Amino acid sequence: MKVTLQNLTKIFPSRDKKSGKEVVAVSDFTFEIPDGKLIGLLGPSGCGKSTTLYMISGLQKPTSGRIFFGEDDVTELSTENRGIGLVFQNYALYPHMSVKQNILFPLQNLKGKDKMSKEEMLERALQAAKLVQIDELMDRKPSELSGGQQQRVAIARALVKMPRVLLLDEPLSNLDARLRLQTREEIRRIQKETGITTVFVTHDQEEAMSISDMIVVMKLGVVQQIGKPQEVYDDPINLFVAKFLGTPPINVFNGQIKDGKLYIGEDAVMDVTGAEDQAVTVGVRPEGFELAEDGKLTCSLSNVEVMGRDVSVVSTHEASANPVIRSIINADNKIDLSQEVVRFNLKPHKVFVFNAETEERLDVEVK
Amino acid sequence: MVDNKQQWKAWLYLSPAIVLLLVFTVWPIFNTVRMSLLENYSGLKAAGGAVFEFGIGNFQKVVEYKRFKECLTNTVLLCVLTVPISTLLALLIAVTLNSIKPLQKLLQTIFFLPYVTNSIAIGMVFAAMFNIIGLRPDGVTADTWGIINNVIQFFGGKPVNWVNQGSQYWANMTVMVVYIVWNALPFKILVLLGGLQSINKQYYDAAKVDGTSRKRVFTRITVPLLSPMLAYVIITGFIGGFKEYSSIVGIFGETMGPPDAAGRLNTMVGFIYDALSTNSQGRASAAALILFAIILAVTLFNNMVIKKHTHY
Repeated sequence: MKVTLQNLTKIFPSRDKKSGKEVVAVSDFTFEIPDGKLIGLLGPSGCGKSTTLYMISGLQKPTSGRIFFGEDDVTELSTENRGIGLVFQNYALYPHMSVKQNILFPLQNLKGKDKMSKEEMLERALQAAKLVQIDELMDRKPSELSGGQQQRVAIARALVKMPRVLLLDEPLSNLDARLRLQTREEIRRIQKETGITTVFVTHDQEEAMSISDMIVVMKLGVVQQIGKPQEVYDDPINLFVAKFLGTPPINVFNGQIKDGKLYIGEDAVMDVTGAEDQAVTVGVRPEGFELAEDGKLTCSLSNVEVMGRDVSVVSTHEASANPVIRSIINADNKIDLSQEVVRFNLKPHKVFVFNAETEERLDVEVK
Repeated sequence: MVDNKQQWKAWLYLSPAIVLLLVFTVWPIFNTVRMSLLENYSGLKAAGGAVFEFGIGNFQKVVEYKRFKECLTNTVLLCVLTVPISTLLALLIAVTLNSIKPLQKLLQTIFFLPYVTNSIAIGMVFAAMFNIIGLRPDGVTADTWGIINNVIQFFGGKPVNWVNQGSQYWANMTVMVVYIVWNALPFKILVLLGGLQSINKQYYDAAKVDGTSRKRVFTRITVPLLSPMLAYVIITGFIGGFKEYSSIVGIFGETMGPPDAAGRLNTMVGFIYDALSTNSQGRASAAALILFAIILAVTLFNNMVIKKHTHY
């Protein structure tokens, strides 16, 4: 099921009567979610991603704009008539019901021609439980399950009535690190097996990038960039997107373009074409550094953190906007900690140049 | 764990509470049992140095006493009628109150007012409302009707003698049930409303997504999630019901019934007080222990039933 958001806007009335300022949670969001894809809504807290999800679910009404499922306009349709499955952040499993009863519950609500016999319902519930691999736990109460198992039950409950769209609100935030890794693979597998168009919300960029077909990066209610995870990572539209994606985060420097050269501090690090002389902000991905004896960027070495396959070189530079510069290089490189400076060359495709004031990406070519 | 050398300190710190409990709780309970077993006990005889024999004579006397069966029937009847009615009403009011936003606090206060009002005073007001004395529609002041009868007449019904001389038992009982239910509502509403407000809203969102009908939301989600609170108000309701006394005094006065049928509405607690006031401490103690046994049995039974249906 294709889902189309058209100029979707949500404005919350002001809580503070004195200032009377309204809160724009989502502003003019237009996007077509292709059928059968997994979409990650990504952004820091308060960016409107959850509000968008709840508008798609129908639990919140948009202030303006329209929502289509396929060709049907569902904007005015109430939640129960939209045919969605929703997994809440804390799962919202009914604590007094067993796993089986929880999964059966949506089916028992069906009325009229959709009404099923007991056997049909049980079969469907078992099918959903098998899909998420909890068919062994059908008689347990939610309180007797681990976080990951509860998560699966919540997904089974959302899937059992075969929704047109599956919505997940921060599906992994209540799980520990190892379980998170495992569960995100599970979500991907279940989504692929069922082929249901799925939208999920997260503030964890790694989570979003690892399993999404497409990601939507939002900030303060405004969509910043939409695209395939790798494309957005490799080609961020502005400094916010560049900063938000990637761990460790991108290194940001104050720089300038002068006479066709890109300067970071006093160091002319690259040739640049296609831009006038101006002050710029330079972003360099941690993996964009190469150790070189005659490197153009000279930094003061602070520390080397060993991570096994790679090492993380921590250094400082007067033009850096962050306290330290973090560069990831292959562990085969030997670094003498006694030396005071470390010199790098930069990989052109890992260097992004932004307007210093608007923070928009400059359309320049660096070499 | 405190080591042995330090233990005397623990006992020292506990001693004020322990002494008070021993004097005012443990000893009275023990003494009640002792007195219930002393045949022919009375304070006066004890002063004279009489010798008493141990036996179950007091219990026998209680059971054989002509008023005992009546008191027990009244008590049980009041419990069985008022607890379910007041619990159901309180549940409905609490759910309704919880689902409206404007004036919620004001209405909450109004519903809570009976709780902070003296029950004897309320009883007198109820007695006046159900009384024959009051303003009759035709302006005659003597031998007229209270507001309830006025309302009944307004709708074309026949006035009922609720509480006065010559009234029927069922009429008396109806007044008592209405009064006790009304009096029991505020506390129950308060507890249930508190319970309702602590239910996570997401369960309702989840139910909405699943297209659950309102009735099913109520029976399958609200009531089960409220069950600990419901269990609490039902158990305390029954315990309070078995101790019913002051509400009857409030409406009928110490005669515990209409003037021509004094004691007709007496309860178990009333029975105990009557025995005390005639200096029959032995009989009073025995009756108190019987009441205790009944309350214990009913509470255990309640617990058993509720445990099956309660989710904590």
